[in-house]
Amino acid sequence: MNPHTPFLIFLLLSIAKIVVVLVITLTAVAYTVLLERKVLGRMQNRWGPSRVGPFGLLQPLADGIKLFLKEDIMPLSVERPLFILAPLIALSCALMSIAVVPFGKATPVTIKGVTVDIGQIADLNIGLLVILGITSIGVYGIALSGWSSNNKYSLFGSLRASAQLISYELALGLSLVGVVLRAGSLRLRDIVDSQSAHGALSWNILGGFQIVAFFVYMMSAYAETNRTPFDLPEAESELVAGYHTEYSSMKFAMFFMAEYANMITVACVATLLFLGGANSPFGHLFDHVLNNAFFNFLIPCLWFVAKVFSFILLYIWVRATLPRFRYDQLMGFGWKFLLPIAMLNILATALALAFHSTV
Amino acid sequence: MQLALFIIFGLLAVLGAFNLLAQKHPINSALSLIVVMMSLAVLYFSLGAEFLAAAQVIVYSGAIMVLFVFVIMLLNAGEEEHTDDSKVASIVGFPGAAAVFCLLTFVFLKEKATLGFSHLESALGGAVSNIVEISHVLFTKLLLPFEVTSILVLVAILGAVVLARKEL
Repeated sequence: MNPHTPFLIFLLLSIAKIVVVLVITLTAVAYTVLLERKVLGRMQNRWGPSRVGPFGLLQPLADGIKLFLKEDIMPLSVERPLFILAPLIALSCALMSIAVVPFGKATPVTIKGVTVDIGQIADLNIGLLVILGITSIGVYGIALSGWSSNNKYSLFGSLRASAQLISYELALGLSLVGVVLRAGSLRLRDIVDSQSAHGALSWNILGGFQIVAFFVYMMSAYAETNRTPFDLPEAESELVAGYHTEYSSMKFAMFFMAEYANMITVACVATLLFLGGANSPFGHLFDHVLNNAFFNFLIPCLWFVAKVFSFILLYIWVRATLPRFRYDQLMGFGWKFLLPIAMLNILATALALAFHSTV
Repeated sequence: MQLALFIIFGLLAVLGAFNLLAQKHPINSALSLIVVMMSLAVLYFSLGAEFLAAAQVIVYSGAIMVLFVFVIMLLNAGEEEHTDDSKVASIVGFPGAAAVFCLLTFVFLKEKATLGFSHLESALGGAVSNIVEISHVLFTKLLLPFEVTSILVLVAILGAVVLARKEL
């Protein structure tokens, strides 16, 4: 056997995993858009999209074809290379972080002597930092799009977005420290395992006493993804459409997909860090039901998807309920309210852990 | 593998640095600097320093460079005008840079034995997290410098607040 064969098999299996996860994520992105339109519609006492396919279920497909076939208009005075690069940065950064998310239980599968874990694409021991790093790079997509458009509304939108992202990244990062302290690791798998003992009771949001951190995380996550009530970068009443005003066709679609992919990533992180990841809320109570290899892999994945789904539903609910903040209120809220609370949470968690370990 | 990564990203870092100097527009220069930072992060990672790599990306490319780009966008800085070359720089520049480079190479080669090294294969295969080691050293041996640095940062923040607020 060729000495490189195990490596090649590993490479092929990894590519297969990446393709499967990417296809599922992109489908999820398309259907999150539909879900949002449907739920928003029902909350405003109307139907939402209902014409294409049964219950409007083929609407994402129709939207995709429409965006794909539209004419790609590029204004004359844009900074061409950056104008093209910006949506690519936004979308690739939004999709990349899914690579470190453990969406199922660790399930090693051996094919021709090569063992791969089908519950996750890449198991890194700095998984959480990788997600934070990729998110922080994603800002460039928005910042550069606004600047290279050579349009005042775009520039204002991207300035607002950059300032907002820099401010809320602090609160977001600090809110995660409590969870990391409890798990004693930055590896996402370890963080999930630290919440697996007694079902929902040992999730970080309940038994871990990280509910304050969860709220800080949730609010900064809304700000990080530019969603209501913090959607000032694309406030249509003041800025036309914000940073993507000048974009059309697939370039606009990339920003659109990036926004929803970011929502999904944020929901995944919330699930992993606060809601017990792929663990069942009933703990090991129903482990004997459907106990074979296939279901042992599938059911945790379904729990994961269900948790991500409920977090996204919360997102949509908030969008339908709350009005937009004023910009100074947004900054004040981030710096004067969320940041101190996140710091106090770290202090309290650290003290509790130190006290607990000495007794 | 490690050699391939080193060649690709080392070259990318050097090219980014040259591009930083060659570009006329500040935002292009800032973007080249981001390329340099990211390539350095990959080099750190290939040496087994994964925490340093992540910190490099989050702190330098993600926070500091965002602020750079933000300020350039806010001031709407245009293309810089070409000024007359400084005499001192044109005479001393290349020899000076070469001398510094030689000195650094000499020091690194001389202290090669004491500096220590690691390989990507062992770092990825062994799965020993060096975050634990870093934090252990940081909170035992280097506690005093660590705390002094935090006071320094605090002083810098207060200084920035004093400078930014006109009425005090």
